[in-house]
Amino acid sequence: MSAEAETLPGQLPGGDKLKEIGAHIARVLIPVLLALIMGGIILLILGKDPLAYYGYVAKRGLLTWGGLQETFTRMAPLLLIGAGLIVAFRAGIWNLGGDGQFLLAAVITSATAPVLVGTLPDIIVLPLCMLLSIATGALWSVIPALLKARYGINEIITSMMMSFLGTSFANVLIKLLFWDPATTVPQTRTLPVEDRLPRLGDSTVHSGILIALAVIILVHLMMTRTAFGLKLQVVGANPAAAIHAGLNVSWLTIATFAISAGLIGLGGSVEILGVFGTVRADWNPAYGLLVVPLVFLARFNGFGTIGFVFFFSALMIGGDSAARRIGVPNHFVLVLVALLLIFLAVVEYLDHIRRKKAR
Amino acid sequence: MEGLLTQPFLTALLFGAVTAGVPLLLAGLGEQISEKAGVLNIGIEGMMLFGAYTGFVAAYYTGSFTLGFIGGGIGGAVVALIVMLLCIRFGLNQIVIGIAVTIGFEGLTALLHYFQFSRTYPRLDAAPLLAIPGLSAIPVIGPGLFNHNAVVYLAVTLVGVFTWMFRSTYVGLNLEAAGNKPAALDAAGVSVIKTRAMAVLSTGFLAGLGGAYLANVGAGLFVPMMTGGAGFIGIVLAMLARGKPVWVLLGAALFGCSLSMTTALQVAGVNVPTDVVQMLPFAMVMLVLVIFARHSVLPPALGLPYVRGDRG
Repeated sequence: MSAEAETLPGQLPGGDKLKEIGAHIARVLIPVLLALIMGGIILLILGKDPLAYYGYVAKRGLLTWGGLQETFTRMAPLLLIGAGLIVAFRAGIWNLGGDGQFLLAAVITSATAPVLVGTLPDIIVLPLCMLLSIATGALWSVIPALLKARYGINEIITSMMMSFLGTSFANVLIKLLFWDPATTVPQTRTLPVEDRLPRLGDSTVHSGILIALAVIILVHLMMTRTAFGLKLQVVGANPAAAIHAGLNVSWLTIATFAISAGLIGLGGSVEILGVFGTVRADWNPAYGLLVVPLVFLARFNGFGTIGFVFFFSALMIGGDSAARRIGVPNHFVLVLVALLLIFLAVVEYLDHIRRKKAR
Repeated sequence: MEGLLTQPFLTALLFGAVTAGVPLLLAGLGEQISEKAGVLNIGIEGMMLFGAYTGFVAAYYTGSFTLGFIGGGIGGAVVALIVMLLCIRFGLNQIVIGIAVTIGFEGLTALLHYFQFSRTYPRLDAAPLLAIPGLSAIPVIGPGLFNHNAVVYLAVTLVGVFTWMFRSTYVGLNLEAAGNKPAALDAAGVSVIKTRAMAVLSTGFLAGLGGAYLANVGAGLFVPMMTGGAGFIGIVLAMLARGKPVWVLLGAALFGCSLSMTTALQVAGVNVPTDVVQMLPFAMVMLVLVIFARHSVLPPALGLPYVRGDRG
């Protein structure tokens, strides 16, 4: 499950290169296909026609202009979460607290933006809210980061605990502090549509997707092309070696967590500034864990992640309307994600054995 | 506030603490076995949830709580079987598979529930209680602690059994070796894979039983995603218990109390939003972790697959 093996380039003679690229593609496509087939079998068992389901999902998420725009819109938060996960995973840190970081940042954004737009121009308010949300996300990662850096406490558990805490805390904030008095259902004040992130041309897609694309590409370049990124990768690959190399592992751990959680927070902010304009109590899209397999499939590569996030967004958008039309609840997407992860791990294992034998 | 200290209130508080704490206790004890053997079982949430589902379905269709609990345990063990096959047998990444199992069974149980019951949530009758003669007659404490479903006594008994097993049996010794120095266990002629496999299956059964208790006794119904992180709390309990079952019991009691306290306060008319209630156990976990951070101990080989002949 590590990316290092793949990021060491140029070890093979030219003739094997094509073969190697083919193997790469197979390693990615086979898990996707197996997951879809296995998912189809589950649908069959539940008495639904898998071809009709997948056909409808593809049509709705990819092949209609309206669906495609929704897919692009959905990509923005997922890409930013993906960017955050890439930083963490490459540094060997399991930040699985994405949901809490995402939601709290969203709440802070929706609490501040509608208040500020009256006094400041949008061009200042929107970036300001995004910065605030980055800080919020980062702040929510401080405890797991410190516990990991100082005592080596497993960050999977602590970041998840903070996530459960954060999702409830977001509701508390809405109900006790930011409740819009004009509404009966607890929700924050709403950012007027004209003050939200501008849309791209005539489409319904907001410009957050551009921010997200830029961020994930920058993150990819940071991790692969800069000294800082290299340091993080060393920590991820071998913490003991990193200490011997004189790197300040504690500090790098905290920085990694802050960047990762900050970017995930930015995702929450963009979703509010671009799509909803408000956060309602109990709203929790739970994107955090869903992006994990996509980042793994892409082997922590930013460009690969863009591709998988696109595929997955279409699946989600199509799945949402299939839930209403075909009567398969969109929980099915969770099952697909799990299957994807499992088959990914299995294919990787088989590949590992194949390589071992080849050697 | 004086009304808070009445006898019925205290009894309800204790009773609720036990009901809320037992699923955590079972999950924590289960996770402890896995962790001892060197398996970090992140999928325990999925095991609990599937156990809750199968346990509920078994009890719902047979009308028997006993079969419900067995069904729950088997459900959890089935999920554990997947983990065992992928992580122990093939040595796949335990964290990745754990996440997959948790997400997957969240989705699967929600789907199954939908196709079976659509949007209805049928209830079971109240679970049978077993009053311990003598002790249950003590005022306040008696009805609060000694008048519960049989699973509660079973769970508490397990604490003693496991303590003895870890301390004075070969099974316990093998488990510990599988987590601390798997190569040594292998050299002694005991299969690391088999030891870990049995550990994971036991974890699954206990987690599933905990899930079934949560659904059938605690709630009386099944709701998708109903475990809400109970499995993860179990992992934390196991982490903090440093291999001692008694500490899992104490931790579970602490979290059970905090859960019960907030519900009881609401019943008593103290106005707290439910979200604050939901935050309490997790806030407690973080607090405990921050305070006792340096004391939590995990076996050295935790999370690593065992490959014979590998250095390490």
